[in-house]
Amino acid sequence: MTPADLLPQTLPARIARFPFPFPRDEYRYTANVQPAPAFEPTVVGGWGDTVVEVDEHYLAELEERAEILAEDPERSITLPHMKAAAWDAVLYTLQGFADARPDVARLSIDGDRVRWENDLLNTAIEFVVGDESTLPLDPLTWVGTQVQEDICLLDQREGHLWLDAGLVTFAADWSLAFDIGMSFLEFHGPVPRVHEAGVMPAAEQFLMRLTPEQAYRRTNWTLTIDRRMDVSTEKYDVWGKDRRLLTLEEVGERVHLRVEVQHLVRLPVSGAVMFYIRSSMLPMHELLLVPEWAARARAVIEELPEDMADYKGIARYRHLVVQWLDAQLEADDPQSAAEAA
Amino acid sequence: MTAAAVPLTVAVAGIEEPTSDVRTLRLVSATSAPLSPFAPGSNIEVQCGERRNAYSLIGDPRDTSQYAISVLRVADGSGGSRFLHDEVRRGDLLTISPPKSAFAPPAAARHHLLIAAGIGVTPFLSYARAFARTGASYELHYVHRARQDPHAGLLGLPGAAVRRYVGRESLAASLPELLDAAGVGTHLSVCGPPAMIDEVLDLARTRGWPEHRLHSERFVGVEAPAGEPFTARLARSGQTIAIPSGTSLLDAVRGAGVDLPYLCRQGVCGECKVRVLAGTPAHHDLHLTSAQKAAGDLVMACVSRCEGDELELDL
Ligand code: HEM
Ligand code: FES
Repeated sequence: MTPADLLPQTLPARIARFPFPFPRDEYRYTANVQPAPAFEPTVVGGWGDTVVEVDEHYLAELEERAEILAEDPERSITLPHMKAAAWDAVLYTLQGFADARPDVARLSIDGDRVRWENDLLNTAIEFVVGDESTLPLDPLTWVGTQVQEDICLLDQREGHLWLDAGLVTFAADWSLAFDIGMSFLEFHGPVPRVHEAGVMPAAEQFLMRLTPEQAYRRTNWTLTIDRRMDVSTEKYDVWGKDRRLLTLEEVGERVHLRVEVQHLVRLPVSGAVMFYIRSSMLPMHELLLVPEWAARARAVIEELPEDMADYKGIARYRHLVVQWLDAQLEADDPQSAAEAA
Repeated sequence: MTAAAVPLTVAVAGIEEPTSDVRTLRLVSATSAPLSPFAPGSNIEVQCGERRNAYSLIGDPRDTSQYAISVLRVADGSGGSRFLHDEVRRGDLLTISPPKSAFAPPAAARHHLLIAAGIGVTPFLSYARAFARTGASYELHYVHRARQDPHAGLLGLPGAAVRRYVGRESLAASLPELLDAAGVGTHLSVCGPPAMIDEVLDLARTRGWPEHRLHSERFVGVEAPAGEPFTARLARSGQTIAIPSGTSLLDAVRGAGVDLPYLCRQGVCGECKVRVLAGTPAHHDLHLTSAQKAAGDLVMACVSRCEGDELELDL
C-alpha cells in the first residue's frame, strides 16, 4: 500500500484540508481566479468549500496577531473614507464564519443591531453597525480578533482600485503601511513578469467588474522557514538571515510550503473590493506524507525561473529543498529501495 | 460579469401614492431566502408583465427586511410603469433581479454634492440613509416641478442638507455658485434626465472640476453576451458542434466530451485558450492582448464567440 491509500482516514485536517496549489509541474503567474466557494478535491481530501476557514491554529494565530498589533499598530489601517467598507467587512466576515462553523458561531442581525457569539473564544457581543463605540476596537481590527484571515479593502475610483484599508499581520514579504493608498498596479510593482504580460491590468479590470453575487478566489505560494506567520518587510531583520543559514538536514522540519488562499469579494453596501489572505503552511516532512505533493512541489521548485525564485526569496536555498526532497522520495520509493539493496 | 443572477420572488407588502403619478412599493421576500443588503444607488429589475424595468432602491441599504422602489407613471412609456400603477395590488407576487450596483457613491469624497431632478432623486434616497449611518457630509439639491414633490419625506432625514428648487431654471440660476463654492475633496454626483446630467457636468468641467470628481454612473457588471448561434468544427476530433445563443463555446465543447480546461469562466485566467484555424472570433475576454485579438488565431472559449457562422478550432 502506498501512503496515499493509507492516509485519508488518518491524516490530520491540516493535511487533508491543505490547499495544495500546483495543478502541474511548472508554475507561472496567471490571473488564476475561480468562482468561490467551491470544494476543490485533492489526493487526500480537499478545501475551498467555505470562504472563511478555521483550523487548528486558530487560537495561536489570533494570539500572535494581537501581539503583533500591540507592538506595531500600523498593521491595521483604515483610511477615513473606508469606514463604511470596514463595517461591510465585519458583517461579511462574521457571516462567513457562521456559515463555515455553525457548530460554534451564531450571527443575528436586527436592523443595525448585531449579536455575535463565538464559542471558540467565549465571545458574546452586541454592537450597532456604524457606531464604533459599541465595539472594543475599530471595526477592521476587531474583526481580526475573530478570524485568521488577513483583510485588505480596496476603493474603486477613477478607473482603478486603491488599497485604502487593511488588517495585515501575516504578510509574506510586503508591508501594508508601505502599500497603503497605492493603486492595484502600483502595489504589484515589484512582481516580475506580470507587467510585460498584461496580467495585472486584466486582473484589475476583472476585479472592477466583480458584483456582490459571486465571490472569486486564487492561490499564491512561497516557502517560509519555520512556521513563521509574520514574515513582513518590517520584521526582515528577524527572519531574513534564516535563508542564508539553513542547512540540508534542517529542510524537513524548518522549510514550509506556504499557501495563501485569497478570496475576492465585492462588498454589498460600500461597493469596496475585499481581499482575504489566508495563509496555511506545511513543513516538508509532512508534505512528504503525500508523495504526489512532494514530487510535484519538487518539480515546481526546481523548474521555477530564477527571477521568480529571487522575487519569492527562495533563490538562495531552493536547491537544498530539491536535494532533500529527492533523497526522501527515493528512500520512500519501494522500487528504488529494493534496487539499492 | 456576474454569474447569471438568480431571480427573486417578492410580495408587495405596501403601496403608497405620495402624488397622483408616483407610487412607492414596499417589497418583502416571498421565500425563505432573505433579501441581501445593497450598495447605495443600486437598482433592481422588476418583471412587469412581458417587460423588465429597472428601478432604484430607495430604502436603507442595510435593511434586509424589505426593498422599496418609487415608480413614476410614464403615460407614453413602455407599459412597465402602467403595470405597476394599475395592475399591482398589495399581496401580489413579483419577480425581481438581485440588486445591481449602478451608481455607488464615491467613498473617497470628503463632501458629496448631489444634484437630482424629478424621479432621478431615487438613488440619492439610499445614499442619504447610508450617509446618515456613516456620518458622511453631503448636500442634496433637488429640482422638481411645481406641486409635485413625491419625496417631501426627504426633508425629515437626519443630518440632511436638502435644498429644493421648483423648476429647472431656478436650479440653473444657482448652479454656478454651487459649483464654485464647493471645497477641495467635494465630489459631484448627478442623476436625472440625460440632458440635465450633461448640462450640469459640462458646466462643472468649464468651471475647472476634474473628471474624477464627477459622477453619473459606476460599477456596471458586464455580462458575457448571449450572442448569436454559430457552429464550431473541431479539426482534430472531426466533430461539428452547434453553439446556441446563451451557451458558451466552452460549455458546448465540454458538453461534446472534449476536456477543455477552464478556471475563471470570466475571460481572465487564460486556461480555456483555443487555437482558431478558420473563421473570425468575436473577442469578449480580458486575457488576450489587442495584437493577439487582431491576429484572430486564438479564442477564449468561456466568453468569446464567432463573427459569422463558423469557427474551425484546433481541438
Ligand atoms: C485586490 C486584491 C489584491 C491585493 C490587495 C494584492 C496584494 C498583493 C501584494 C501586497 C503583493 C506583494 C507585492 C510585493 O512584492 O510588494 C502581491 C503579490 C502578487 N499578486 Fe496580488 N493582490 C491582489 C490581487 C491579485 C490578483 C487578482 C492577482 C491575479 C493576477 C494577483 C497577483 C499577484 C502575484 C502574481 C503576486 C506575486 C506573488 C508571489 O510570487 O509571491 N494579485 N499581491
Ligand atoms: S476559463 Fe478563464 S479565460 Fe476562460
